[in-house]
Amino acid sequence: MAADSALLLSLVEEFVSGLQDSKAKDTAAGVKDGHFTVLQLVEALGLSLTSSQPHTRARGVQLLSEVLHECYGNLTEREVEVLIAFYENRLKDHYIITPPVLQGLRALTKCTVLPPGSAVSMLRSLFQDVHVQSLMLTERSCVYNMLINLMETREAELKGLGADFVFGFVQSMDGERDPRNLLLAFQIAKNIIHRGYDLGKFTEELFEVTSCYFPIDFTPPANDPHGITKEELIEALRAVLSGTPKFAEFLLPLIIEKLDSDVQSAKLDSLQTLTACLSQYEHKDVAEFLEGLWTSLRREVFQTSSERIESAGLAALTTLTSCLSRSVLNSDSEDSLSTFLDLVLKDCKHHLCEPDLKLVWPSAKLLQAACSASNRASHIITAAVMPSLIDQYSSRTQCSHRRTLLEVVVRFIQSVKTSQSSENEESVFSAFRESLCSMVFSALSETNSSLQITATSMLTSLAQQTGLLLDSDIELAVDHLTRLLLTEEDDRVSLAVVECAGALAALHPAAFITKLIPRLKTEMFTEPMDQDNNRVASEQYSHHAVRQRCLSALAAVSTQPSIVRESTPVLLEVLSSAHTGSVGFSVEEVVLACRSLQRIAEQVQDTEETGQCFHEVIIPRLLSLALQAALQGEGNSGRRSPLVEEVVLSAVVPVISTSCSRLQPTLAGQTASRAVSLFLDGDVSFLPDNSFPSHIQLLKKQQGDSWSQSQMVCLLMGCVCSLPRSVEVPQIDQLLSQLEEMSCTCSHPLSYTSAAKCFAGLVNKRSQGDSLDSLIQRTTKRVCSELDSTSSPVRTQAFTLMIWVAKALLLRYHPLSTALTDKLFSLLGDADLGAMAADGFSLLMSDSADVLNRGCHADVRIMYRQRFFSENSAKLVQGFNAAPQEKKPNYLKALSNIVNKLPKQVQITELPALLSLLLEALLCPDQGVQLSTLSCLEPVLINPPPALIQQLEALVSRLLALICSPKLSVRIASLRCIHALSRFPEHEILPFRARVLRALARPLDDKKRLVRSEAVQARGEWFLLGSPGGR
Amino acid sequence: LVSSGGLKMSGGTRLENANPVIFQRSGERLLTASEEDEDVHDPIDDREIFDILSINDPEHPLSLEELNVVEQVRVKVNDAESTVGVEFTPTIPHCSMATLIGLSIKVKLLRSLPDRFKIDVHITPGTHASEEAVNKQLADKERVAAALENSSLLEVVNQCLSTRNI
Repeated sequence: MAADSALLLSLVEEFVSGLQDSKAKDTAAGVKDGHFTVLQLVEALGLSLTSSQPHTRARGVQLLSEVLHECYGNLTEREVEVLIAFYENRLKDHYIITPPVLQGLRALTKCTVLPPGSAVSMLRSLFQDVHVQSLMLTERSCVYNMLINLMETREAELKGLGADFVFGFVQSMDGERDPRNLLLAFQIAKNIIHRGYDLGKFTEELFEVTSCYFPIDFTPPANDPHGITKEELIEALRAVLSGTPKFAEFLLPLIIEKLDSDVQSAKLDSLQTLTACLSQYEHKDVAEFLEGLWTSLRREVFQTSSERIESAGLAALTTLTSCLSRSVLNSDSEDSLSTFLDLVLKDCKHHLCEPDLKLVWPSAKLLQAACSASNRASHIITAAVMPSLIDQYSSRTQCSHRRTLLEVVVRFIQSVKTSQSSENEESVFSAFRESLCSMVFSALSETNSSLQITATSMLTSLAQQTGLLLDSDIELAVDHLTRLLLTEEDDRVSLAVVECAGALAALHPAAFITKLIPRLKTEMFTEPMDQDNNRVASEQYSHHAVRQRCLSALAAVSTQPSIVRESTPVLLEVLSSAHTGSVGFSVEEVVLACRSLQRIAEQVQDTEETGQCFHEVIIPRLLSLALQAALQGEGNSGRRSPLVEEVVLSAVVPVISTSCSRLQPTLAGQTASRAVSLFLDGDVSFLPDNSFPSHIQLLKKQQGDSWSQSQMVCLLMGCVCSLPRSVEVPQIDQLLSQLEEMSCTCSHPLSYTSAAKCFAGLVNKRSQGDSLDSLIQRTTKRVCSELDSTSSPVRTQAFTLMIWVAKALLLRYHPLSTALTDKLFSLLGDADLGAMAADGFSLLMSDSADVLNRGCHADVRIMYRQRFFSENSAKLVQGFNAAPQEKKPNYLKALSNIVNKLPKQVQITELPALLSLLLEALLCPDQGVQLSTLSCLEPVLINPPPALIQQLEALVSRLLALICSPKLSVRIASLRCIHALSRFPEHEILPFRARVLRALARPLDDKKRLVRSEAVQARGEWFLLGSPGGR
Repeated sequence: LVSSGGLKMSGGTRLENANPVIFQRSGERLLTASEEDEDVHDPIDDREIFDILSINDPEHPLSLEELNVVEQVRVKVNDAESTVGVEFTPTIPHCSMATLIGLSIKVKLLRSLPDRFKIDVHITPGTHASEEAVNKQLADKERVAAALENSSLLEVVNQCLSTRNI
């Protein structure tokens, strides 16, 4: 003990007189470890605390405070009481002692054993003895933190102080200028308001002391280490100002005044704050300001200069209206909602009927914003405006006017949609039902395409409202839609019609089943006069277009199981007719039919019924058709089935994989095991039209290297690679070994690539363990030995398998991926495969559409790209430096393929290290490298890192060299980069101005318009640089 | 400044024109397959010149197109002969800013077209009181050059040519 107390005395001595700050830490450690107590520390400090020198006293208090800051948790209630009494007393001491005293008090506010009454006494002394705003920044922050701590733990006690607490706080923060402290002060103010502290007679003072910062105007200094943003301050202040209706009488006039401001951000902040506070207010809070608010909101929408302000204004109007709608009506008070809406209608309604329809849109938007606020508001407004809109629609003759009116009506219907709460409630528009229906059907019969398009969206909106469309209306609508679908050539119209049909079919499937689907089927299967050989091409084209629209409409309407049951057989019939040749469908049409099936599989609800439809009917049928086609062979003579075409098979794959990935896992597992037994054992028992020969061996080497059967492996991939990971694939070892064999020996590209992808897809989901590891090692060995023998005839095949397996492993962070990716790096120097290896990096880094993606439930770790990049970028740079000149482009291409796929944030941080390489890549003659480097650079140029600015000379001259590239896309990309350069700091780029302007004169006369337009924009910006009124 | 807003005089009555008639912007030019074909030569056409002229009115957040000052039918280009003619229509017959609008159009074309072009900018006949005088000024190379030496004039022109940022 004696040793300890000697140690303590020496620590105190060294801190107080020796001014060694680090001794505070040691002392605190001693207290924590129990070598001495706080009481002993106070005793040891005795002399310093009573010294006649204020500096010595300050130093003493500082030591105590710093120790308390570390050890406040170990104090007893009694100790705390004594310490508080001591500190309170020290507040009256010399001003130089105040900072450490405040630090000590702040530490004590964090104590859980704070004795009753001490919070109050602490604050009383604080408010009485300290003038907060004459303290330094950190001490002010200390005071705010004390308040925050006490508010967390001693709420009841502080509330006992009554309004004095609020007054003390108001005085403390009055005049605060530092944004960090303001955030704390706003937090305290927010707590005062939200936790129900008594504001007493200081409501206005609290409002004044906070609202003087409104609207916030703050731009963080460059390189601000504190990272406080204007948005944070805005949000914090808004929470205070909009927190209580008691502020309404002060806040609303302030907002009305600030809305007059010319500063856009102030307007926006005012509108958003208005929206925030109105959601807390009641009608009596706003009653006396209604006219002023309306005038301001109307002005902002009528004379808007930015969409953000307009939409903020409209949102505020909606909130204001719904605030008024919440009021409870009683007999003697006036109905403030209808008074207010009268005001709105008076100013807006007449604009809806002006002869030239000027200002129709701003007025309509305001009315719709009010209309969407509540049921009552929508009744009042629609009753006032709909009759005149409907009248005008029938009396106007100009198409553009009618379209405008129709659009206004549509928006009204849509605005009400959002406010209707219960479903069986009668629609606000019931009274206008008949007029609206006749309006929409007359518009659908017009020849003007924009009227037709607007009419379809009106039809969709009407259908969403309960009870507006009767069954007979739906039937009429289906007739119209069918007619437009079959006859209307305009793409925009048919797109709108298809979309509308989809929306209506989801609500009223019956009419689509009985009318639309049979009619579309008839149309698709009719062949126009095909005996006549000299059919005009345009007729052929238009028949193709009709089929195309029918196919996409069939997909769009198939969202309900009952429709899927009717529509998918039609699509399957297209495929089988195309296969047998009974009806002439082009390959393109067959592909579209597959796309429609895929879309249905993507959008349909996952129910038992739809699952059966896809797994029991559609997939077996697709496999059966493909197998029949494959067995007919490549058909050297005569016609061959479209189902052996690569484009068609590639379109079938996603139908199968989508069904297996998202519809009914159990049935998907069954589909997978059937597919496996078909491919491994030739089991065809589950296929319809079963007249297949007995010895089918789809995965074995075919006679005469026939590819029509081997390529079917892509369908196997669709079945087994997209299953949820919980579903087992049967006979997987045998399957994997046959797939490996096929991918290494087959000579048909689609076949060996699909086999490799299927292998990789299975490996990616295989569970971790020795069996997986030995499989990978075996495959790696085989692949590497083929690749190492330069005379091997199957090097390309081995390469393909390697890259897909590497991807499968890389995605799941499997450690054995490194062997394969290292092999890939080494191949960059290979004479034959070098260019392919460089392209391979793009495959590794991008998402593939049909396998190894999240949709297929593959094991994909987040940020695998960044990880791969950070582990390998050094290898790439080394490889580049070591490579002979003629091999360097491969390295650059690999680099740009990797960097291109990284998120922009990572690109920016990694760029400095790679800059010299990327600049080198701009000199590389390979246009692919140039293009991908330019596309890496462009986003980085928007916020240029300093490293880039140092290399400006090289950058500018290399970019300027590329604007005359023979390749269109390189010229465009380099001009975009030069455009982006114009936003660099002016003093850095001004020296290049004349040179860039001269160089940009040439692409102004480029033979391609796309290049010229980029050049015009870039040159325009460079002209403005350093010129008055420019930038 | 270049605004066609402000006050509009007609028949002796003063009408406020704070909300000028707004004309719909023609949509983006549709991209055709031949424009993406490396080997096809796309001639400079009227629409291309018209697109170059999407110039702002700094007082209104509206472009000259939206104010109907410049219309596509009044833009004529002949790529083979290297000539461009643009007619613009001040919305107010006495608009004192007509020269400035014309100057902005001329400067924009000078900056955006190859040297070989001869550029003619003038007022749509019959739409401005001092049509001839303005046309003469715009056609005079020396006077255009001199105007651009004037930094306050250049400042206004540049403001019109800055791309809009909202």
